[in-house]
Amino acid sequence: MTFYRNLTIRQKQIAWAWAFLAVPVLFYGIIRFYPTGNAILISFQDWNLLGDRTWSGLENYRKLVADPVFWKVFKNTFLYLILGTPISLVLSFIIAYQLDKVRFMHSTLRMLYFLPFMTSAVAMAWVWRWFYQPVPTGLFNNLLAQLGIPQIAFLNSTTNALPSVLAPAVWAGLGFQIIIFMAGLRAIPVSYYEAARIDGVGWWTQLTQITIPLLRPTIVFIVVFSSIGFLRIFDHVYNMTTNNPGGPLNATKPLVLMIYGTAFNDFDMGYAAAQTVVLFVILLIVSLLQLRLLRSE
Amino acid sequence: MIKSLRMTVLAGLASSAAVFATASNAVEIEYWQYFFDARVTAMEQLIENFEAANPDITVKMTTFPYADYRTKVAAAIPAGEGPDVVQLFYGWLTDYIDAELIQPLPEAEFPAADIDASFFPMVQAMKVDGQYYALPTAVRSLALFYNERLFEEAGIDGPPATLDELVEDAKKLTKKDGAGNITQVGLTTGMTAQDHHWFREVLIRQFGGEPYKDNYRTVNYNTEAGLKALQYYADLEKTHEVTSSGFMDEPQAAFKAGRAGMHIDGSFRIGSLADIRGLKWGVAELPVGPDGTASNYSSYWVNAITTKSEGEARDAAVKFMQYVTSDEAMQVWLEVVGELPAKPSVGMTDENANDPLFGPFIRGLENAHTTIFANESAQRQVLVDMVARTDIQGMPLEESLAQAAEDEQKILDEYYAD
Repeated sequence: MTFYRNLTIRQKQIAWAWAFLAVPVLFYGIIRFYPTGNAILISFQDWNLLGDRTWSGLENYRKLVADPVFWKVFKNTFLYLILGTPISLVLSFIIAYQLDKVRFMHSTLRMLYFLPFMTSAVAMAWVWRWFYQPVPTGLFNNLLAQLGIPQIAFLNSTTNALPSVLAPAVWAGLGFQIIIFMAGLRAIPVSYYEAARIDGVGWWTQLTQITIPLLRPTIVFIVVFSSIGFLRIFDHVYNMTTNNPGGPLNATKPLVLMIYGTAFNDFDMGYAAAQTVVLFVILLIVSLLQLRLLRSE
Repeated sequence: MIKSLRMTVLAGLASSAAVFATASNAVEIEYWQYFFDARVTAMEQLIENFEAANPDITVKMTTFPYADYRTKVAAAIPAGEGPDVVQLFYGWLTDYIDAELIQPLPEAEFPAADIDASFFPMVQAMKVDGQYYALPTAVRSLALFYNERLFEEAGIDGPPATLDELVEDAKKLTKKDGAGNITQVGLTTGMTAQDHHWFREVLIRQFGGEPYKDNYRTVNYNTEAGLKALQYYADLEKTHEVTSSGFMDEPQAAFKAGRAGMHIDGSFRIGSLADIRGLKWGVAELPVGPDGTASNYSSYWVNAITTKSEGEARDAAVKFMQYVTSDEAMQVWLEVVGELPAKPSVGMTDENANDPLFGPFIRGLENAHTTIFANESAQRQVLVDMVARTDIQGMPLEESLAQAAEDEQKILDEYYAD
């Protein structure tokens, strides 16, 4: 106690600051950084969860590069990103832009768009999975059959399956992005639009010269946020394809699902950790790139 | 967490009370299994019987959710904690031996020759270098479930006995709408369910092949017999149009909904079908092949003594193992869990072998095979992909079969390499 009494005020403040900071620091250290470091370590080892860990050097990474499934999965992961991010960005902007002008039932409409975001991804994926079934259970195919149109193999197809899985994932994330966009739109000062209208400028010029440039920080946030989400997509794919995870023929398998399978079905922890490190690097690069590209000027 | 803490405290109190009561000669052994309601109830009953017969031994059972089971076992035993007797899936045996988690059963109490003679033959998969490491209380096998109401409606008087009859009956049971979409399948199919076992251990053998060689280390189905088996399987959907893989999402769902005439599944399905109202169903042995070959697939969970168990505890564990593999225990397991006895002396009694529900499964055990998987889910995936390539991408059967054999061999080679 005397030790504490002898400290200067400045030192006491630092001591208190650290006392409060200790909780998050410990949390991050133990829950985040320690396992991350451990995962990187395991990626250079061979371990089946039961026996001892043995060093295998770069073997796991060599196996990764030579694995055709990994490259297929790599491509899928970027397809989810390349399709998902722009589609959800454009859709959520259009909806937010229009919703911002609507006065009638504004809050109800906003809630309806936000609802899917609050719904459990697992429940949603299963409902969509049943929508996509062939006759006689699937909603979509039953409708098609009644109209006399041949059935569409939504999930049992190497070409249709990925977009079919992506659609509910986009829908689910839309509500959140709309709310963020609307907040961004509200933050633009009305005086700019008034000035534009006095000058007789049309809506298109207003949109491209005022709204979009001033929304830049919002767009950066949404792009980074949704990109990370699509790169880590798992729940929707796993639940819509549980019988044949990531199938058919790996057509829908994203990296996270491959990691999960390698770790908890094959018990090949080293290989799974190597895949995790690759995912980590991809996420890092994509995020940094987007921040740089969208923040320039 | 709180519950398990409370359990530990209670167990601690109870065991310390027991120590005071029966002086110091009591031994406590621990038994671990994954949590499945019926299995826990059955084991509680077995422990009660065992403790009554051996008053100086107490058995403490701990259960874990299936998802955590392997990790918990792996962490506890090397640390000298955890179970004396542990339950594991037969397919994990090699992993558990390699990781030195289990010890061989003592030859004095479990003579290998006696076990060979008294258990159904597929249990020999648990023998490594002449020593048994683990034994099952109960086993599972496949059989054909059929919807009696749909059979009656289609004018079929009994379940099919041969593969050809299976196709003929399935044709009568299939229904289509005006556009040609199947609305009721004659037979459910799906490699993701039990069909990969049916294909591997039943169809290939029935067409004259042998799916693996070298004790399941070499794939041997890229042969004429393998191709015939795949042709038969693929024809069900493509030529005879009596099925559609993925119909109603899952084969068992279609059968439960009364939209499937026949369905191949394991004995573990009996329980969940029994509760479906309005579904009248029966069970028959799997149809025999063109030359009359009967075959079946069997899987099972086994119990083993861990390496952590020593001295008095090990002696008690041996006694407990003897009890849980006894005829009496198997009968209890059949009645409580609905899993089949692992010994003909229990299974083939008149009452059990002629039971309308369990009988076909039990009779199937006589010619059942147990695939020794290196990685069951990966090996299943190989067959799932084999059918998907022919179905979705139109790859010729020969080519897809050859690729499947190659892919599966790679999995086996990698596993047995170290």
